[in-house]
Amino acid sequence: MSSTTPQHEGKARSAARRSGRKKGPATAARGTPDRHPAPGHHLSLLRRMLAIRRFEERCVELYSGAKIRGFVHLYIGEEAVAVGVNQALREEDAVVSTYREHGHALARGVPADAVMAEMYGRATGCSRGRGGSMHLFDATHRFYGGNAIVAGGLPLAAGLALADRMRGSTRVTCCFFGDGAFAEGEFHETANLAALWRLPLLLVCENNLYAMGTSLAREHAQTNLAMRAASYGMPAWTVDGMDVLAVEAAALRAAESVRAGNGPHFLEAQTYRFRAHSMYDPDRYRAKSEIEEWKGRDPLKGLAELMRSEGQLDDRMMEELDMEVLAEIDQAVGRAEEAPLEPVADLLRFVTSETGSTA
Amino acid sequence: MSKRKAPSGTSRPTTYREALREGLREALLQDERVFLMGEDVGRYGGCFGVSLGLLEEFGPDRIRDTPLSESGFVGAGIGAALGGMRPVVEIMTVNFSLLALDQILNNAATLLHMSGGQLSVPVVIRMTTGAGRQLGAQHSHSLEGWYAHIPGIRVLAPATVDDARHMLAAALADPDPVLIFEHGSLYNAEGALDEAVDAVDLDTAAVRRAGTDVSVITYGGSLPKAMAAAETLAGEGISAEVVDLRALRPLDDATVMASVGRTHRAVIVDEAWRSGSLAAEISSRITEQAFYELDAPVQRVCSAEVPIPYARQLEEAALPQPATIVDAVRRTVS
Repeated sequence: MSSTTPQHEGKARSAARRSGRKKGPATAARGTPDRHPAPGHHLSLLRRMLAIRRFEERCVELYSGAKIRGFVHLYIGEEAVAVGVNQALREEDAVVSTYREHGHALARGVPADAVMAEMYGRATGCSRGRGGSMHLFDATHRFYGGNAIVAGGLPLAAGLALADRMRGSTRVTCCFFGDGAFAEGEFHETANLAALWRLPLLLVCENNLYAMGTSLAREHAQTNLAMRAASYGMPAWTVDGMDVLAVEAAALRAAESVRAGNGPHFLEAQTYRFRAHSMYDPDRYRAKSEIEEWKGRDPLKGLAELMRSEGQLDDRMMEELDMEVLAEIDQAVGRAEEAPLEPVADLLRFVTSETGSTA
Repeated sequence: MSKRKAPSGTSRPTTYREALREGLREALLQDERVFLMGEDVGRYGGCFGVSLGLLEEFGPDRIRDTPLSESGFVGAGIGAALGGMRPVVEIMTVNFSLLALDQILNNAATLLHMSGGQLSVPVVIRMTTGAGRQLGAQHSHSLEGWYAHIPGIRVLAPATVDDARHMLAAALADPDPVLIFEHGSLYNAEGALDEAVDAVDLDTAAVRRAGTDVSVITYGGSLPKAMAAAETLAGEGISAEVVDLRALRPLDDATVMASVGRTHRAVIVDEAWRSGSLAAEISSRITEQAFYELDAPVQRVCSAEVPIPYARQLEEAALPQPATIVDAVRRTVS
């Protein structure tokens, strides 16, 4: 089968119109018309998105203060994708990510303390100071990075899925990547391999419209990403990546189908980064008006407004939530500041394994 | 892992190809996490016939034909290793492995370090290397030295049937990525498989022939040429010691320096190009560690600095040959 029955989800369609996109992909994921979330569910989603947002805002301050260095790629604006998709994943599942992975790591459950300490290059960092912002890893959460080569994580994710498939496991491997990855051969090699071998792989493309500074339309002959993914014989859906509930619903549906043994699924989340590509990027390639337009669709604001309209949220609650989140980040920063440096004497550790055989 | 045992005197004739196949078969029988994956490894039987018959015995799940997508399936091997399997990935030639270099260098070799020691990658990647079969530039290069440049991977070059038979098991026992380079001209080579050897260690070079006048240091497909040269030199009264590096990363400096300490002269034979080669690295190490042992400048016999040509006489002229090794030795002992 080349794709699922077309299903049109109103929100994504109207979002596509607002953003001036070309005609949307052949299929779009259904929203959550008949889900009755548990009490506090929306609040939990909002809290997670807020935690990512505030964490990264603090990173900007720390970067300006030279506390953290290197390339720092912010996820601000895209929080709904990480949070929504992680709702569909279980503890035993695996996640492979890119260099814009703070949100993925935090949504996956990697402790903010460990992520912040890694940004500081400290011994308590989740990669013991060897990774930094672009290479967050956490084996206990099956978080496999943190890959700074565009599309480089895709074959790896296929391999994790292959290992599960060969052992008859129902675990899912979820691989995040950007629209830029579509121009790399590794995306296509992975899509072919995964579909050919029916691997339990959930491919999540975060289409934020720009590969660094090059817009999708300027680097792709065909900008309909879901259609291209579907051509490999996997179900491919597009979802409004600014709507956490829509992402959650689509991801749940896709992950359940992957888990049921239906091979790889592709999910395109149409999203936008509010900040530049990295801290070094002067952001000359985008119109201010475009950025402002997308900021009007801020995923945090969208969910908060929905919750307010349903009486689930008021100003006082929002303020308390923010205070809680900020306190956690303060704690993470404080702990990172005080954490020991990884000794220079240990420079050459972890080039080869220290445990002898793992067999 | 047990160390190399002394030869027992009992042996059976086999080919390099058959020895590799026996090693693979044993690995597949002993550990159900082991599987072979690569281009034409299944129905075709391996493009050099190494895996012939394994598909029938182990089935398509474990003898897994892949599409022609080196980066994709090598990366999948790395991912499968992360996921708890013990994949053996076959790439047809080192030239094609360049399409997977991103996965090998940026993922396999770096994940352990980048993750602060959390993610080891127990993948084994086998590929053919070298020239001598008139296959032209895109199938004939010797790039194992490039891989030996990279921290985080182990690089092996079996040159004998014993090593071909047993290196795979040792490689699979290594928790880190191991690349095995099989020289294309060796597959049909016959040798006596020592019945007493049931394991090899990956850390030491081997002295294949003892000598007193010069150390000829080599590996892989150049070993038979070095042995032939040593035979010729013996006829001239020159006693050449032949050192087979076996492992190109990490290099066994101790065996090399001990040999140079005995002979005081060194000739390095490396089928790769001279500039920036493994031969350059070894020469430099000898200078650093054994300079005062030397009675003559270190000599190198490498391939001509040219893409390997097709025509037989040109190809032969481009590669190290027994005669050029003999010449280099004569220069250094005169």
